[in-house]
Amino acid sequence: MTTGVIEEIPPDPILERREMVQRVARRTFERRMRVSQAMIGLCAVGLLVALVPLFAILYSLISKGVHWWSIDFFTKVPQFPSLIDPNEVGGISNAIIGSLVIDAIAALFAIPIGVVAGLFLAESTSKFANALRTTAEIMTGLPSILLGIFAYQMIVIGFNEWGIKLPGIGFSGLAGSFAIGILMIPIIMKASETALRAVPAPIREAGLALGARRGVVARKVIIPTALPGLVTAVLLAFSRAVGETAPILWVIGASTVVSWNPKKEMASMPLQIFQSATSPYVSLREEAWGIALLLVVIVLVINLGSRLLAAWLQRERR
Amino acid sequence: MTDAPVIRTTPKLPLSEEKKLSSVKGDSVHWAVLYGVSGLFALICAVFLISVVVSSIPAWRHSGLSIIYSRVWNQGTNSFGALPIIAGTLATTAIALLFAIPIGVGSALAIVHVLPDRLRIPLSSLVELLAAVPSVVYGLWGLLVLAPWFEHSVEPGLAAVTGHKFPFQAPPEGVSLLLAGCVLFVMILPMIVALSRDAIAIVPHDQFEGALSVGATKWQVVRKVVLPGARTGIVGAVTLATARALGETVAVAMVIGLNPLFPHSLFSTASTLASTIALQFQDATPLEVAALGALALILMVMTAVVNWFGRRLVRHSAYRAGVL
Repeated sequence: MTTGVIEEIPPDPILERREMVQRVARRTFERRMRVSQAMIGLCAVGLLVALVPLFAILYSLISKGVHWWSIDFFTKVPQFPSLIDPNEVGGISNAIIGSLVIDAIAALFAIPIGVVAGLFLAESTSKFANALRTTAEIMTGLPSILLGIFAYQMIVIGFNEWGIKLPGIGFSGLAGSFAIGILMIPIIMKASETALRAVPAPIREAGLALGARRGVVARKVIIPTALPGLVTAVLLAFSRAVGETAPILWVIGASTVVSWNPKKEMASMPLQIFQSATSPYVSLREEAWGIALLLVVIVLVINLGSRLLAAWLQRERR
Repeated sequence: MTDAPVIRTTPKLPLSEEKKLSSVKGDSVHWAVLYGVSGLFALICAVFLISVVVSSIPAWRHSGLSIIYSRVWNQGTNSFGALPIIAGTLATTAIALLFAIPIGVGSALAIVHVLPDRLRIPLSSLVELLAAVPSVVYGLWGLLVLAPWFEHSVEPGLAAVTGHKFPFQAPPEGVSLLLAGCVLFVMILPMIVALSRDAIAIVPHDQFEGALSVGATKWQVVRKVVLPGARTGIVGAVTLATARALGETVAVAMVIGLNPLFPHSLFSTASTLASTIALQFQDATPLEVAALGALALILMVMTAVVNWFGRRLVRHSAYRAGVL
């Protein structure tokens, strides 16, 4: 010990250990952050991928559909392309009128039944109500082609193969309305139950406490209060029903002339798209885009319109 | 030992008194209307069920249970074996789910935990717009846009990459099992996104922040806290989407090629229960109508069971009329 200078600081085990921990922590932190950013990025990419089909479909619809829209398209009836004029396919007035009549009749009987049954689900706590709710939920998820077969058996041939002899009325718009209406009822039921349950209990109880009957309370208090929700429920169900093809596939007869009589064969827009798209004629296949664009515009207008209308009704109330 | 005293906030009337109150005279009309209309709907459902079962009876009588396990479906010889058709249904659904589960749940996570608040509602409504597009339009798009693209690019590409091995070996036809699966994927995607977004959004936010505060990264929180918390809802969403995919009719009928043979490759045409019913119903013999009725019964049982199961799982999440 001549100099008295410490030449080398002895290693401090605690400090060393701390550095090591920090090193490891930094490394794992960087790794964990990289993994996290990559996975979160993948989720965002997933969202982009999910949006691609929407824009692809809208692009195809608009680019291939718009140029079909003309006066003739809306006013003429379809015709098969001939050799002389392979591009002459007529119009779809029969399908527009058919859809209008079929869906209007379906809505006329499905909306009252659906809303009243929804009121029953919201008000009753009986076992029957629970069973009915489960039934409605399962019916909503059943493939709609099954309803088409049902309408065929019941309305078109009237169960006559089983010897029951209902008055079957043959291929007709009414059979289509029947299938579409039964499709709508459970959807309206469930959605209007949700809307009716959202009415605050004190409002309902105040009505009952004033001595009003349950029927009066339902008509004058509950339904008006729940109206925005009911409107959305009904319109969403309707917009779904307008686009359904499977239930009417084999029951409306696919007429090619304009018909306002629902007891006769009718045409319908979704069915017309299906038939045109699978036909051997190129020009008919292309025309399907024009009908599809019209159908999508109608469905989206009802769909968005219902949300806007409900928001507006809600605002008016305040 | 004495029982603990029961504390009631509202006095409970004896049952008989309550009955008397709820059956005030004027209410009976109200209840009669409600029960009548609901009963009408229940009656329609019952007739529907009976009609499906009864219309399939001749087929069961003719072929017995071989409808379920026989492999030959030939109208000419009256052999009705639905095994290839059931296999096609399950295969298209599996392909759709294979794509839809990761992309759908990923999108839902991105909507809830990645997007800024401003974009959240517009983007999720955009995805839900997909649910509003009628299925026949998906079929049209699949048939006229996707099928040529699949025939000329996707399927030859896949075959080349995988060396023409099973299940990528057949000549590309466009209209195929794979195409049907992809169209179904697009159709069930909005359902999975919307329902699993609801399930993810109700995971309590303090759990999320608690996990972040002990040093977990966002992905670790998502994997260890959010996904387990939302598991029931996500499984329910996937189950409901499965039911939808099993029963989808028109879109699949347009892009699957309706071939009642066992699909031997992803590129071969096949058939599903619903599309077989839709396309063969028109010019079917009475016995074949019954056989199609048997297919309808099988389809109804499958979708009803899957759907019932899924509803139980998502019962507590908000009901969404737009996507269900």
